[in-house]
Amino acid sequence: LPGARSAVPGAIAMEKLTAYQDITTYNNFYEFGTGKDDPAENAHTLRPRPWTLSVEGEVGKPLTLGLDDLLKLAAMEERIYRLRCVEGWSMVIPWVGYSLSNLIKRAEPTSRAKYVEFVTLADPKQMPGVRSGVLDWPYVEGLRIDEAMHPLTLLAFGLYGEVLPNQNGAPLRLVVPWKYGFKSAKSIVKIRLVEKEPVSSWTKANRGEYGFYSNVNPKVDHPRWSQASERRIGEGGLFSPRKATLMFNGYEAQVGQLYAGMDLKKFY
Amino acid sequence: MEGRASVNRALLQPWAKPLVWLLCALPLAWLFVRAAGDQLGANPAEALIHATGIWTIRWLWLTLAISPMRDVFGLPALLRHRRALGVTAFIYGLLHFLAYAWLDKGLVLDDIVRDVLKRNFILVGLLALILMTPLALTSFNRAIKALGGKRWQALHRLVYVVAVLGLLHFYWKKSAKNDVAEVLVYAVILAVLLGWRVARRRQKKVNTD
Repeated sequence: LPGARSAVPGAIAMEKLTAYQDITTYNNFYEFGTGKDDPAENAHTLRPRPWTLSVEGEVGKPLTLGLDDLLKLAAMEERIYRLRCVEGWSMVIPWVGYSLSNLIKRAEPTSRAKYVEFVTLADPKQMPGVRSGVLDWPYVEGLRIDEAMHPLTLLAFGLYGEVLPNQNGAPLRLVVPWKYGFKSAKSIVKIRLVEKEPVSSWTKANRGEYGFYSNVNPKVDHPRWSQASERRIGEGGLFSPRKATLMFNGYEAQVGQLYAGMDLKKFY
Repeated sequence: MEGRASVNRALLQPWAKPLVWLLCALPLAWLFVRAAGDQLGANPAEALIHATGIWTIRWLWLTLAISPMRDVFGLPALLRHRRALGVTAFIYGLLHFLAYAWLDKGLVLDDIVRDVLKRNFILVGLLALILMTPLALTSFNRAIKALGGKRWQALHRLVYVVAVLGLLHFYWKKSAKNDVAEVLVYAVILAVLLGWRVARRRQKKVNTD
């Protein structure tokens, strides 16, 4: 799945890429188990084709698109993004996809579309983890409409120039590089434009710890993990120190204005 | 009957103790081998911290399983090996804390103190380790003599507090991601181990009344 180098400002991080092996064997994808190596082991049962994605809700033109139509909807770009997990580790990943705004615009959002809700697949036949009660399935995530329309918000179909492996969210997933990784929903089947702030699966599970925004912020601590620093996967030896975490994961210049005047300690 | 007697005899052999120590060292040796060969996955620091932590709980639970197993299976010689398991639990716990302090916090005391005070689950884990320390330090025959059997035994009842704190530490850590299935297994085992003791006490009381 080739993609041309993206021209979107901030889309190409000039950092050493995390190894393909690490990106595809160290995953949080609870639909396939809660262990980091579970998705790589269990995700072979996911069938990424045929796949349909619907865009509905507060839109003038609801859409239902098959994977082939989605792949042709806009030009594929390569984007090299930092990924920061709330657990305190990070990677640098070369994704392939296009800005989500390309898709949303086609559905012609109405003036009442203030938020975007993402619903992912929850099929117990394909996803053994869905039988557990770890989360309230299906996995739901949400963004404010301006966040969803930001050019850095990516609808990804591939990584390292290849089609997405199942464990990384095949056949299509969201990537929001300035937010903690769990905001970037995998294996999406439905995108709903809504008027009210959606309640994400993680917020539902633990409101005090997972807020709606979940922007990477070294100054707002999570009760389990310090967010001031991070471990870059695959870099340095066991004893090399952690890196300092950057505000908005280093994308402050591109996305800072989205949150002008907001108290980010309150809207965490 | 015949089998039980021979197991008891084996447990009393002079080579039984070194063998138990060797078994206790095996998980650690395996971790070292994998760490040296870069076989601990994408996040080796996390893997080391997690493995030493879970093994602390396993050794502690095994230590607590000695008395029930001795009675249920009729193997009095098991008691000879409880000390090794308890000391092993302490050593793995200490390594667990060291791995966290070194690999996660770079041995920066300021950061460690702030982290411990801010995060209840780390505080509880550290408390468990601190409470285990006097038990490890008084695990020698001379310490038992110096303290007197009664007082030594009273002190070593702390192990129950340590086990509950250890489980709480594990639960709080895992509940962040709602991932408590494994914790539940350990909770059930601990409940059986402690429940057996309560039942035995009641029975003794009934017998003496």
